[in-house]
Amino acid sequence: MELSAYVPIIGLFGLAVGFAVVSLVAARIAGPRRANRAKLEPYECGIEPTPQPVGGGRVPVRFYLTAMMFIIFDIEVVFLIPWAVAFDQLALGGFLAVTLFIVAVTIAYVYEWRRGGLEWD
Amino acid sequence: MTVADVLLLGLGAVAVGAGLCVVTTAHLVRAGLYLVVCLGALAGMFLVLTAELVAWVQVLIYVGAVVVLLLFAVMLTRAPIGASGDLDRPGWPGLLVGAGAGLGLAALFVDAYRWTSVSLPDGPDGPGSAGVLGGELFRSWVLPFEVLSVLLLAALVGAIIVSRPDVGASDRGAER
Amino acid sequence: MLSQAPTLADFGHDTWWVIIIKVLAAFVFGVVMTLLGVWFERRMIGWMQVRPGPNRAGPFGLLQTLADGLKMAFKEDLRPRGSDRLVFLIAPCISAVCALTALAVIPFGPIVSIFGERTPLQVTDVPVAVLVLLAVSALSVYGVVLGGWASGSPYPLLGGLRASAQMISYEVTMGLAVVTVFMLAGSMSTSEIVAAQASNPELSIGGATLAVPGWYVLLLLPTFVIFAISAVGETNRLPFDLPEAESELVAGFMTEYSSLKFALFMLSEYIHMVVASAVITTLFLAGWRAPWPVSVWDGANQGWWPLLWFMGKVVLVMFVFVWLRATLPRLRYDQFMRLGWKVLIPLALGWVLVLGGTRVAQVSDLSRSEQLWLGGAVAAVLLLAVLFWPARRQPSRPSPAEQVAARPPGSFPLPPLDLQVPPSPQARRAVAAKRTAASGRSEAEPAVKRPLEGRAGTDPEGGEQDG
Repeated sequence: MELSAYVPIIGLFGLAVGFAVVSLVAARIAGPRRANRAKLEPYECGIEPTPQPVGGGRVPVRFYLTAMMFIIFDIEVVFLIPWAVAFDQLALGGFLAVTLFIVAVTIAYVYEWRRGGLEWD
Repeated sequence: MTVADVLLLGLGAVAVGAGLCVVTTAHLVRAGLYLVVCLGALAGMFLVLTAELVAWVQVLIYVGAVVVLLLFAVMLTRAPIGASGDLDRPGWPGLLVGAGAGLGLAALFVDAYRWTSVSLPDGPDGPGSAGVLGGELFRSWVLPFEVLSVLLLAALVGAIIVSRPDVGASDRGAER
Repeated sequence: MLSQAPTLADFGHDTWWVIIIKVLAAFVFGVVMTLLGVWFERRMIGWMQVRPGPNRAGPFGLLQTLADGLKMAFKEDLRPRGSDRLVFLIAPCISAVCALTALAVIPFGPIVSIFGERTPLQVTDVPVAVLVLLAVSALSVYGVVLGGWASGSPYPLLGGLRASAQMISYEVTMGLAVVTVFMLAGSMSTSEIVAAQASNPELSIGGATLAVPGWYVLLLLPTFVIFAISAVGETNRLPFDLPEAESELVAGFMTEYSSLKFALFMLSEYIHMVVASAVITTLFLAGWRAPWPVSVWDGANQGWWPLLWFMGKVVLVMFVFVWLRATLPRLRYDQFMRLGWKVLIPLALGWVLVLGGTRVAQVSDLSRSEQLWLGGAVAAVLLLAVLFWPARRQPSRPSPAEQVAARPPGSFPLPPLDLQVPPSPQARRAVAAKRTAASGRSEAEPAVKRPLEGRAGTDPEGGEQDG
């Protein structure tokens, strides 16, 4: 592997960061500043803002479960990737191993489906 | 000092600094952001060590998924904007344990390797490339790989049972 | 001619000024494509809705987006009172930076010479380029979720949460889909995936062999469909633009953003669309390689011509994005999540297994019985999955009448549940006009009047049939 192949990526990254910072600064310089109290309220279509709950409010647990599912499947994908790249040299053995792996994860997936973990109402 | 050495040292410093910020900041969500920086620096170190696949997997899984899960978990309980004043646990025991573990590990590694130098592999088919890694994983390490699937299964089932006791495979759902 | 196609060994040797030129070119490509993309989208949608669209600033309104962007710079930069100062500031930057960085591994063309230097028309390529794309798109979740959270306002928070759950859900599908591409190409580098689509595999049907084009859109049609759908979901475009569903959430996570911060979010959204189009082009439409009738000409895949084919394909895919937006209504959130988790993921997993089984049977020359065993095993796994698949259990929802009856005594009084939609005033007028016209024939009158009254809900018996 050549690290030098990453230099342009870092270059583009740096350029993008510079662009973002310049636009933030430019907006600061060019834009007017006539803030008043009403402008700084959270936007809620014109009604009085709802009072913020103490501690920042709570988020439905479904989001957490979705993120958990995401991690599981992401790990699955990450293991499938080297298998797919090395597919031709692995042949049958690799395929059976991966099938077993997918079946195991699918069991968890079906269980979650049955428990209603995938429902969004 | 080669370029790789300098990069490793710099990235290590970034990782340690960001790690310190994670534990010292009183802003819960910002702590998650510092964790992103820390894990990103770690990925950079993998990259310098030519473990290319591992580096990007680190970004994909840890930065892209685990910290998102952490953020969700923080928001699940409470994610106040601004500093949380009630995070002032006594710092001394933590500092002692952390510093002790860090220094102990550092001493262990320094003692184990001393002046051993490792030359980084060159060329596109190094041990860190996806093809070689795939070959190793599905030939020599098949058993741990399969055990891992059971771990994933357990993790997901546990998450469902802990987080959603209200929905069930049993008939309790009908009561709602 | 094949030496024109870059391999991985061709990257990482550029001189410094070539690198700078290429990086700048990629950056300018991203920004210009955004400016043109917004114009293109507005003009196209205008055309589809039979109205002109923006046509004032510059020829054909081409400068409209630039004018909008400049205007935004002179707008007041507001930050709501309850927001988190630092995070509010960096969230749009994260979005824009992630979107722009993804352009680094897109192959624009073969090896060309820039001022005498021979270099591939691609900023850079690494052995794990597609993984880099996936990782960068995973990082862009942060811009959305942090932007929504840091605003300290309800709409952005809801929009940010929705957006992040949506993006991570469709990222899984995307990852599963590209696995099959890696399987066929045997590589994750974008330039090699393009090169792998140059060969024409021979298909033998009943003794007759014919060369099929190696584009993965044909060879991996299911992958293409799954990937395209999840790319639309990942870029938060209609019909999956739930994070900023205007009618529900104002503008989703960017409600509180103004001035150039808002512009950065918009920029990143359109660059995401451009990148998604370019990735679809690269993975499935053979990237910069010339399409069939042109590819007969030898020079089609040499020099700067491929840039034209590449741009043509990207614009074509972008047109489909716009077309989708003009055609389809927005999905509801539960429908959207159901599509992702209950349809696309099982499909993608099953397709990976089927393709893997087929390829294994091809690659390792198995005997007849072994092939049968393998096919049987795959079929058994799929059959088991189908058999044990959770049937869609409709929860027995009590009817409204039962729900009313189940309410504890002392609840609020309810209006009658047999409410029916009254006929529109237009229909009433039409009937009235008919009635006056037919006033001579008095026997026709009640026949017209009766059903109308029943529908208006004045008839106590008429409503009960629905209860």
